[in-house]
Amino acid sequence: MNTGVNVPALMVLVVLFLLVTVLGFWASNWRRGTHLASLDEWGLGGRTFGTWITWFLLGGDLYTAYTFVAVPAAMFALGSVAGFFAVPYTIILYPIIFVYMARLWSVSYRHGYVTAADFVRGRYGSRGLSLAIAVTGILATMPYIALQLVGIQAVLEVVGLGGAGSIIAKDLPLFIAFALLAAYTYSAGLRAPAVIAFVKDALIYLVIIVAILYLPSKVGGWAHVFEAARAKMTTVNPATGRPAGVFIPSAQAYWAYATLALGSALALFMYPHSITATLSSRSRNTIRRNATILPAYSFVLGLLALLGWVAIAAGTKPIGLDGLPNAQLVIPQLFEDSFPGWFAGVAFAAVAIGALVPAAIMSIAAANTFTRNIYREWVKPNATHAEEANVSKIVSLLVKGFALVFVLTLDKQNAINFQLLGGIWILQTFPAIVFGLYTKWFHRWGLLAGWAGGMIYGTITAYNVINPATGGHFAGSLSLMPVVGQMGYIALTAFAINAITAAVATAILDMAGAPRGEDETSKDDYFADEGDPRVEKRVSTMATMRN
Amino acid sequence: MMPDSNKPLLIIAAILLAVPVVALLWLGSYARVEPTLGGFPFFIWYQFLWVFLCAGCTWAAYRVILIARPRRKEFRR
Repeated sequence: MNTGVNVPALMVLVVLFLLVTVLGFWASNWRRGTHLASLDEWGLGGRTFGTWITWFLLGGDLYTAYTFVAVPAAMFALGSVAGFFAVPYTIILYPIIFVYMARLWSVSYRHGYVTAADFVRGRYGSRGLSLAIAVTGILATMPYIALQLVGIQAVLEVVGLGGAGSIIAKDLPLFIAFALLAAYTYSAGLRAPAVIAFVKDALIYLVIIVAILYLPSKVGGWAHVFEAARAKMTTVNPATGRPAGVFIPSAQAYWAYATLALGSALALFMYPHSITATLSSRSRNTIRRNATILPAYSFVLGLLALLGWVAIAAGTKPIGLDGLPNAQLVIPQLFEDSFPGWFAGVAFAAVAIGALVPAAIMSIAAANTFTRNIYREWVKPNATHAEEANVSKIVSLLVKGFALVFVLTLDKQNAINFQLLGGIWILQTFPAIVFGLYTKWFHRWGLLAGWAGGMIYGTITAYNVINPATGGHFAGSLSLMPVVGQMGYIALTAFAINAITAAVATAILDMAGAPRGEDETSKDDYFADEGDPRVEKRVSTMATMRN
Repeated sequence: MMPDSNKPLLIIAAILLAVPVVALLWLGSYARVEPTLGGFPFFIWYQFLWVFLCAGCTWAAYRVILIARPRRKEFRR
């Protein structure tokens, strides 16, 4: 089990890790534009990625290492409402984003927007609303980056590294991994994760397919797997007097399952890292073509979720190096128990490399947001493109450094709590961004009021979810929904409050004659495509790159 | 100026996109064990099936939209 280092697994892990490091540095020359000294080049890969590169990039970006660790862990510990909702979530995600992401691409292409807050600034002429969107994006992204480190840590722990002895030996591998990631992201920008995503996705598909073909027969077949899961989930926990989890949702859990899926699907493409990957594509329809082929990853995610139940049938005991049970280790532990060392190493590499791609894109996206919507907007309005790129590169290092400190110094539970909050927060940017793609009826201050209402309600409600066993706060993402009277995803309730507040406030503000901001976009901008002319503006900054 | 678009076709595309969302959010239609398929409860295999159905619907909607809203030859302001 968890004694000693698994040498073959560690060697395979190190070799594959070195391979992606080389690729990461090499990426700065891949499909290179004239120079990297602009955010379009460094932060969006020159906006040149076609359908397949975008498929790998988005797949590597959205299906994060934390997802790969946490979804089966939730299935293992709590069952289908906590875990399997990820499947309908990542299915309905694509028809939903199909509708509005092409519009966001078009208007961003026309006006050179790099972030969602750029669009909000241009659409509503409001610095305040734009700042709110930017800060929400950064706050929601930071714990997400930290959780990618938790994914790497889970792998290192099962391999046998970390935990032992001095603080240096404990965290050195993680530190080295992150320093390398920071270095090649700094030099190659978005091109680095785009190249590494090929390796990541290939490894993930390989590992999951082998595991799903081999493991169930080893533990007695699928029927036995589901029977073992049903038995575990329906057993009453003596401490709480309730069943351990949910095998198949009963009528009381329908709202929870559906709102988790819908709320998560609406939220995902509001995250800066999703928007960055979308805007880096070459044409308006790239994202739509991707909406038809990205579900391949959802299929794999569903199989991976089921591995959490395979682990129940296999009797996997996820025990951390500290000797305590830790459900997050269940997938790495299942692989170590079931496969020869070298193949376990491939699986661990898939998770660890799977952490690098989203961590890189998230840090780039957060850095772009800081640069465009805080630095240039509030600190140095006449920053040149080269300056923007430089600030962004440095901020991407700071963001990763912060995530590392966060994970090494604070309890992991904090990162998980903030990630839960981040999901609630990021959905509160939806009205300003997506409603704004279709209508300018909403008043900028009305949207700001709605945003504030949704943030406050969501944060307080999430804090008040108490774990019945430990009494701790932030014990889940479900609470009683007003009006409906059922348990549902807090983010979606907050979103409804947000939208209603924004509409009511808009009506009041218009009656009171509150001034509206200037809209720099025109209707045609929302349908622009590759090759259409771009809007020339802010000549001092644009002239250096748009030729 | 909006690009020229074919309204009935856009409505068809909207329906194609809405069907998977409604189907998967309607838990009452599939949250049960029977009929199982190769040991998989209905709840599980039905959702896997929708991965493919949804990809098909989205692809169909894409083809319809390409026809409904053809790319303009020239960009107009």
